[in-house]
Amino acid sequence: MDEHRAALTGPNRLPRWLVPALAAAPVAVVATFFLWPVGTLLARVVRPGSVGDTLSIPGLGDVLWFTLWQAVVSTVLTLAVGFAPAALLARYRFPGRRAVLALVTVPFMLPTVVVGAAFLALLPDGLHGTATAVVVAHVFFNVAVVVRLVGAMWAVIPPDLPGAARTLGASPAQVLRHVLLPLLRPALVAAATVVFLFTFTSYGVVVLLGGAANPTLEVEIARRATQLGDVDGAAVLSVLQLVTLAGVVWWSSRAQRRAALQLGGGSVPLRRPRGRRERGLTVAVTTVTGALMAAPLAMLVLQSFRVGGRFTLNAWRRLGEPASSRPGSGLGVDPVASLGVSLRYALVATTIALVVGGLAAMAIASARRHGRLLDIGMMLPLGTSAVTLGLGLLITFDTVPYDWRGEWWMVPLGHALVATPFVVRAVLPVLRAVPDDQRAAAVTLGASPLRAWWWVDARQAWRPLLAGAGIAAAVSLGEFGATTFLTRSGRETVPIAIGRLLGRAGALPRAQAFALATILLVATAVVIALVDRPEVDRAGRS
Amino acid sequence: MLDVRDVTVRFGERTVLDRVSLNVADGEVVALLGPSGSGKSTLLRVIAGLLVPDGGSVWVDGIDVSAVPAHRRQIGMVFQDEQLFPHLTVAANVGFGLRMQGRPKGEIASRVAELLDLVGLPSLADRHVTKLSGGEAKRVALARSLAPQPRVLLLDEPLTGLDRDLHDRLAADLATLLRATGTTALLVTHDPDEAATIADRTVRWSPGLAS
Repeated sequence: MDEHRAALTGPNRLPRWLVPALAAAPVAVVATFFLWPVGTLLARVVRPGSVGDTLSIPGLGDVLWFTLWQAVVSTVLTLAVGFAPAALLARYRFPGRRAVLALVTVPFMLPTVVVGAAFLALLPDGLHGTATAVVVAHVFFNVAVVVRLVGAMWAVIPPDLPGAARTLGASPAQVLRHVLLPLLRPALVAAATVVFLFTFTSYGVVVLLGGAANPTLEVEIARRATQLGDVDGAAVLSVLQLVTLAGVVWWSSRAQRRAALQLGGGSVPLRRPRGRRERGLTVAVTTVTGALMAAPLAMLVLQSFRVGGRFTLNAWRRLGEPASSRPGSGLGVDPVASLGVSLRYALVATTIALVVGGLAAMAIASARRHGRLLDIGMMLPLGTSAVTLGLGLLITFDTVPYDWRGEWWMVPLGHALVATPFVVRAVLPVLRAVPDDQRAAAVTLGASPLRAWWWVDARQAWRPLLAGAGIAAAVSLGEFGATTFLTRSGRETVPIAIGRLLGRAGALPRAQAFALATILLVATAVVIALVDRPEVDRAGRS
Repeated sequence: MLDVRDVTVRFGERTVLDRVSLNVADGEVVALLGPSGSGKSTLLRVIAGLLVPDGGSVWVDGIDVSAVPAHRRQIGMVFQDEQLFPHLTVAANVGFGLRMQGRPKGEIASRVAELLDLVGLPSLADRHVTKLSGGEAKRVALARSLAPQPRVLLLDEPLTGLDRDLHDRLAADLATLLRATGTTALLVTHDPDEAATIADRTVRWSPGLAS
């Protein structure tokens, strides 16, 4: 019975020019500002001698080793910390559930510099600049991934399944080991992959918390390119990183495919915890998790009111003073001006990301099977680290007539490249979920195929576009890695300003950094709250 | 009025419709009765112009419309699962066809009100379609298809999935409504009672049927 639900064909087909017309701008932007820069990076690498020279750099082995082990440890700890809250939040309904869920999931969307600053505020000075600080911050950052992905799997495991195992004589531990873990495996693999990728390419957190002693590959790339002027070396390391990431993604998608199981029945409704054990466990786990997640953010806010061990409003009051009246601290960082810069860049980046991502999503959805290539192409910037992206842009657009390094729009453009995949991912599922029969209905009501597309598809893209706008704005407000390469003095964004202030000696700049990070935290949280509301009316009832 | 001649549809190896012919007179309501999955819906899609048949032709008012794209055929269709546009209000759904014709706003508004009255939902104009009950959604879908005054209205199992009470009430309402509007209609159903209530004439579906 499904055959006749096919797409409109024959005389009802969409005009052939629609997909190319939609895809033109996204393809042009991705080709110019992503493929070309990455190509330039590769061209640097294939130059004879450059690979050998770079790989023989003393200390590179240490960098690689640190990058790898901190990512592995961070991933394992994140899975361990996130597992229990993932299970409880997916199963039980209890007072404060939404608050805990928000506390656990919001950090993932926070700017890296905010997380870095929050842990500087929380951890004792002795832990600053240590691998421990990096790993702890990574766990805080990524618990959301485990709660979301593993929780989604928990939610569809019928409770009778472990029940059945119990009636067959399995102990709770055996149920976990032989029933639940195998069922959760695809989600665990997926979560582990995402966390590994994020921590392997971590930049902002490592810069702020790891100190000079603990550079990851990403930090080393940035240091080579910006401080040592060794662009070739940076390019080689970037490509090395790209290859590693591609390998991990390939392994993960294979492992997930193998472990994929079909669980029918959909989501199991939430229920109240029953009995003392369930209630006690729920209260304990959610309280501890909530407290752990809240602590760094609370300390960040608190420490912005403390200078030299005393409570004071100084840091906040002096945020707004013009640079000249701050003798000794006016090194080109104007916190209030950076707010204006960030807001303006966020506006431009969001606009670019919405236009490019929205058009691309519509083209991909309309092209159906043929859209796959474009889909992959649009996702590429997501698989590339921000530092690689920034480096590529920097070394590509450095010659006349396209010497655009000093142009202000390079920064929001870089942000937009990072944000565009999120917009595509927000819009595409909605468009793909539009039933073909809805277009058919529009056509039987007298709409031409093109008008049916406009009224049915394009119109329904609005709502996810709004969500995409929020994500894009949050990405732009917090972007640090690519901005490091593209920023120009006098036009610092808030994350760059925070980084500069934290790099300066003295209690006041530190407190000012915390104050600025607090503003960024609130701004990001507001943007997320605006877009991350559960859909009030979901499309279609059937 | 509606004249289906020797329509053949194949999906790969399987022949779903084999030289099917069918006739519906002006103002007549015909029910096509047969088990589900027997290709009745496919025939409706061919008539509506949503599916290009492998052979045969569809005639309306003595004109071969086989090559006319669906949106110019003026053949309306009520889908089994309504296919209301979830992003539009009830009024915008009902007025959709008129809007496609470029009718002035005032005319659309009064026609929409008239139709919602007709299907017994006068107060729901501004409701979001995702907030409708099953029965309300069916009525809105019917109003939407009737609004542009199609030459033929196709109904694909329009009352399946409703509980008995509601089903019977809607079947009676539908019969009255089609008569009141003088609509030429072809109804597909697997329920003989439903066919008897709504249609002037029932055609039993058999492979390669002719009327």
